[in-house]
Amino acid sequence: MFFQLAWRNLWRNPKRTLILLTAVVIGIWAMIVIGTLMRGISAQMVRHGIATLTGHVQIHRLGYRADPVVENSILDPQKVTERFPGLLPAGTRWAPRIRVPAIAGNARHTAGVNLVGIDPLAEKGVSFIGTAVAEGEYLKPEDERSILIGKALADQFDTGLGKKLVLMSQDTNQEIASRAYRISGIYRAELEATEKEFVFVTLPAAAGMLRLGRGISEISLLFPAEGISEAAAARLRDTFAGTDLEISTWRQLLAMISGVLELYDGIIFIWFLVIFVAMGFGIVNTFLMAVLERLREFGLLKALGMKPGWIVRQVLVESLLLLLIGQIVGSSLGLLSYWGLARTGIDLSAVAEGMEYVGMTRMIFPVLLPRDALTANLVVFLLGLLVSVYPAVKAGKVTPAKALAGG
Amino acid sequence: MFSLDAKMAWRNLWRNPRRSILTLAAIAFATLLLVFMLSWQFGSYETMINAAVKGSTGHLQVQARDYHEKKEMEMVIDDPEAVAALIESLPEVTAFTFRGAAFALAASEERTYGTAILGIDAQRENRVSELKARVRDGHYLQGDEGYTAFLGGILAANLRVVPGDEITLLGQGRDGSVAATAVTVSGTFRTGQDIIDRATLYLRLEDFQETFAMAGAVHQIVIVGRTLDAVPRIKAALQSGIARLGRDRELVVLDWSELAPGLLQSIKLDLVSGFIFYLILIVVVAFSILNTFLMVVLERGREFGVLLAIGVTPQRLSRLLLLESAALTALGLISGILLGSLVTWYYQVHGIVFSGASEMLRQFGLPERIYPRLSLLSIAVGAGLVFVITWLTALYPAGRVKRISILEAMKQ
Repeated sequence: MFFQLAWRNLWRNPKRTLILLTAVVIGIWAMIVIGTLMRGISAQMVRHGIATLTGHVQIHRLGYRADPVVENSILDPQKVTERFPGLLPAGTRWAPRIRVPAIAGNARHTAGVNLVGIDPLAEKGVSFIGTAVAEGEYLKPEDERSILIGKALADQFDTGLGKKLVLMSQDTNQEIASRAYRISGIYRAELEATEKEFVFVTLPAAAGMLRLGRGISEISLLFPAEGISEAAAARLRDTFAGTDLEISTWRQLLAMISGVLELYDGIIFIWFLVIFVAMGFGIVNTFLMAVLERLREFGLLKALGMKPGWIVRQVLVESLLLLLIGQIVGSSLGLLSYWGLARTGIDLSAVAEGMEYVGMTRMIFPVLLPRDALTANLVVFLLGLLVSVYPAVKAGKVTPAKALAGG
Repeated sequence: MFSLDAKMAWRNLWRNPRRSILTLAAIAFATLLLVFMLSWQFGSYETMINAAVKGSTGHLQVQARDYHEKKEMEMVIDDPEAVAALIESLPEVTAFTFRGAAFALAASEERTYGTAILGIDAQRENRVSELKARVRDGHYLQGDEGYTAFLGGILAANLRVVPGDEITLLGQGRDGSVAATAVTVSGTFRTGQDIIDRATLYLRLEDFQETFAMAGAVHQIVIVGRTLDAVPRIKAALQSGIARLGRDRELVVLDWSELAPGLLQSIKLDLVSGFIFYLILIVVVAFSILNTFLMVVLERGREFGVLLAIGVTPQRLSRLLLLESAALTALGLISGILLGSLVTWYYQVHGIVFSGASEMLRQFGLPERIYPRLSLLSIAVGAGLVFVITWLTALYPAGRVKRISILEAMKQ
């Protein structure tokens, strides 16, 4: 009965109802759009971080993460990878790597880099490098003399394809190992910093230079979906408990990005509240006017024997209906905007250098988390009801004599 | 005539004080928020720039042309003292120092790492950067201790050295010769930025020049001015001074935005993204205000009908409504500016701490406490945006009122 009455009351003055609805719709829409934009920015950071040689989970020898040198290598990777089948979900890819700090130099330049020895075939499906070569060609397995370097490093060194580059690093005997490589390919990365940091050779090339034998620095794993990283990491930890292996998820490896993600949760919620307050003023105002305008009606209802509580409930049900309709329309509009923006993405290349400074990349694709849409709707629903209490109580307090006389 | 309208508008507002106050509060809230957010943004930019300036770049640097892009050892300032004399003559410069920079292999007994080597004037560096305050173990470089090294904490841990241990440096000199020397660790520092703590080693400038065959030359002259605003003036004065010396073909003056281009860009990025969020917020506020303005017109239909019936022209009626909106907007803006300034001022004194984000801020070289900065600009932009949007929303109901038909209105 309440609902039927409330529904009819709403449409007795459609203009006013529509005005109120717009406020709710715009509010919800704004919350959802802001949420998807911020999630888009953070998702981009995560995706980029994972592709830049992180993967979902990494396995190292204990101590390597603090002190990434050849001494802290996994000496027998075979023993680790042979346990993978059956342990990890189907579709998991992994790539073994040797990764040590090194010095790259040619006749005129020297710079500190990260020497990465990769298995060209396994690496292809795991990190960005498999598809990043812009000039020349990707590494071939067993090729011990070729090196891939980034465009920014090539520019800095005034060098190019076919030229020589000498790498120096410390080998397992604490001696300086050096080897000359021929630049066979130049890769592009989304960030210039990446292009300057990493140079790639094959696993045998790096192992030979560093006298590492079969040893490697890390195994990077990529699962079919990011969501199972934690569970898979836990299973790996169980399996390798008691060994000197350390299993880390990307959240641990990219501590800074995890920090940003946590910060964003808070910021998004604050934005929701801010938007609600901005919209709340309009809602209270309009609702209050709507109630005051109908004082005569409430007085009459009371005179007919309706209890104050019923009137309060009646008004609250009206506002509930209004909020719900507004939420449905607003959420749909938010979804539509999201789909529109997600298809094209938002190009921020005009300020790309700044993006790099904060570790982001050029295109932003909004991301919709059901959790955010839900929070937005909850905030509007609960706070919306809360602010309608005042007008509702106001309506409940009307005395028939006063209302009928005044009307 | 006008004063009568003004009086009517004012009385109309307070005929329904609750409604007016709510609308006013909406406007004030939006103003408060924008003033605070903009002050916050400007404040954090200042923090970012100061951190970069104190951390490494200084406000300005004099370098050999192309050195900044290529970082080649032979691109040097041959006679730094001549430029120094010029810099000393500028009243707005508070401090400056010389630096040499190279890349070398640092080897301890057990380990070898590549690292950036910076030659600094221990005394002067102090007034430009905060290096001395970052000591973790041992002590900072001292003028009378030759061939000592002050290095990043992570680098020291990786090399497994502590103060007193010896490190061998191997690199390439200015003339392409092999540069090699042994230095004693005097101390280690921690800036919190891993990228610096992992690969930076400081030497005394004279030791650096000796080792890398610099023949008295340096790579950078780092300058700090009195304020950020003084930077363009110092830059212009330096450029003309260098031109007078006849050195403008080989030397360039770079300011912080050129030395750390990412910094300026990230400020722009933040402004742009901030603007998108403000825009969305403004749309919500606009609808919130439009909501009340429209309701007012709908609700007062009968009153308008009566006014029209007794001969008030529709134009005058709409002007009356605009006056009401203007008064509301003005009151809302004033209270918003006052409250916003108060809130901002409170945080400007106490600072805001992002719990949980301090590690992240540290990696960018930022302090964990960030202070908003109230300025005329943030107040003007914040209040201006709200003013424009409320005024636009007020136009719609004022226009609508012209189309009211007396008969319809009186029937209500």
